[in-house]
Amino acid sequence: MAVTEQRSAGLDVARIRADFPILERTRNGAPIVYLDSANTSQKPRKVIDTITEYYERHNANLYRAVYELAEEATAMFEDARARLAAFIGAPDVASIVFNRGTTESINLVANAWGRRFLREGDEVLFTEMEHHSNIVPWQLAAAATGASVRMVPIEDDGSLDPTKLEALLTDRTKVLAITGQSNVLGTMPSIKRLAASAHAVGAVVVVDGAQLVPHNPVDVVELDVDFLTISGHKMLGPTASGGLYGRLELLEAMDPFMGGGEMVMEVFPDHATYKAPPHRFEAGTMNIAEEIGLAAAIDYLEELGMQNIRNHERELTAYGIDALESIGATVFGPKDPEVRGGALSFWYKDVHPHDLAQALDEDGVCVRPGHHCAQVLMRRLGVPATTRASFYVYNTREDVDALVASLEKAGAFFAA
Amino acid sequence: MPLDELYKEVILDHYKNPRNKREMPDAELSCSRNNPLCGDEITVFVHEEGGKVLDVSFVGQGCSISQSSASMMTESVAGKTRDEVAAQVGSFRGMMAGEVEPDEDAFGELVALKGVVKYPVRVKCAVLGWDTLQAALAGEGEAAGTAAH
Repeated sequence: MAVTEQRSAGLDVARIRADFPILERTRNGAPIVYLDSANTSQKPRKVIDTITEYYERHNANLYRAVYELAEEATAMFEDARARLAAFIGAPDVASIVFNRGTTESINLVANAWGRRFLREGDEVLFTEMEHHSNIVPWQLAAAATGASVRMVPIEDDGSLDPTKLEALLTDRTKVLAITGQSNVLGTMPSIKRLAASAHAVGAVVVVDGAQLVPHNPVDVVELDVDFLTISGHKMLGPTASGGLYGRLELLEAMDPFMGGGEMVMEVFPDHATYKAPPHRFEAGTMNIAEEIGLAAAIDYLEELGMQNIRNHERELTAYGIDALESIGATVFGPKDPEVRGGALSFWYKDVHPHDLAQALDEDGVCVRPGHHCAQVLMRRLGVPATTRASFYVYNTREDVDALVASLEKAGAFFAA
Repeated sequence: MPLDELYKEVILDHYKNPRNKREMPDAELSCSRNNPLCGDEITVFVHEEGGKVLDVSFVGQGCSISQSSASMMTESVAGKTRDEVAAQVGSFRGMMAGEVEPDEDAFGELVALKGVVKYPVRVKCAVLGWDTLQAALAGEGEAAGTAAH
């Protein structure tokens, strides 16, 4: 593999790959080709070492103890919060609530904001390409409050027409719940424009950032969104790391999500008073090592540069779409890499995605088959499932070539 | 494991040329089920006569494992009594759970699916048709002729 081939758009991919121990794994004698980062990303040595060092040198519970270890752990945890805030341009560190990621974050908003403020007749608007985690929590909140949910359809090419969304915004719309980057189609709606339109009717804007934040420069002030979710495990961090950005005045007005230790000021038999954000939303012992590991991942990403990462993936996405189409695969979602991210869902020769992925596994090519927690979208696309290859900082054109070669083998094997 | 050890020739044959893949308008029993994991859907139809499961057919879409398993199932249970079908369903599940060493005489081609046991995620694909048949026989499905598809 020529080193020159691995240097793309400002990323030295050969050097990056050396930072990821798992890429040394082999399958049937060949190195694995990891194309499932939209599902979860791999972790650089720096993140793994940070977690190990935390447990070996600093482990203690937060806030409660007065010994040195606990002070170190608390300082590291709060430093991780500041790093995440800076990473997404949040002006207030207190506007970052730590939790396990996007699913927990949307449930937090749907419960702590939704159940408090939604009323009968209100509407929650989401798009046809949302992940189940940006649909089901809203259905539950609507059922509990008498509000209703409405869905914005997508276009045949997998894009979202902003005018169609705007046509559904009314003074009844209280929430716009929208993905920043589709986990199936890669589609990136123009969040800034849609947030402004939603704000004009008084709605709060909740952005599912699970796929957006790991792959793009993001600034919550520039986008002017009210809530943004962050899944740390998709951005080189540990599983169960990440959290929620919320505009501080909204967080301050919200009810707690889960009750328990550390989220309270004073507790009486019949009532309790709550801490200010973010601690109001952080009940019980937190995911300390994970968030500290996430801070190391953020350092790593910032060293590479988020714009460089975006450029690298844009290039790979263009190459990947061409390569897949050249062997007769149907790629879903917009074809223009300027308006999409690097999740390539496709249908190939009528071979069921589960069979395809199983065949690819024999060559060490890791992709995800299935509905990608987007059954509503699958119905729109008219397929039971898709196969998805997705890119990150460590992927190369050679990975795409390996995918295509393996697909052609699988296609021949299953051909009717 | 090489690909052709999981996907034995007989599996691919049933996948590419499924047996009894048809609607059955005069079926007394039918049932539709899906595998929420992968979106596979299947409807199984049963025609009973003289105390026997005389004819079983299916329609639906899915991967080669779910489709071939359903195809083989329709052949393996036709002509059996309900008790015999229940026993066959039980031993097939046992094979898929890795608990029953299949008797080649009784199982015939179904033995080809044994390789699926090593892939726990795919076991659900293999048993989808069988679960649906059992549900149909238990009367859990729609009335005949009103099934999906």
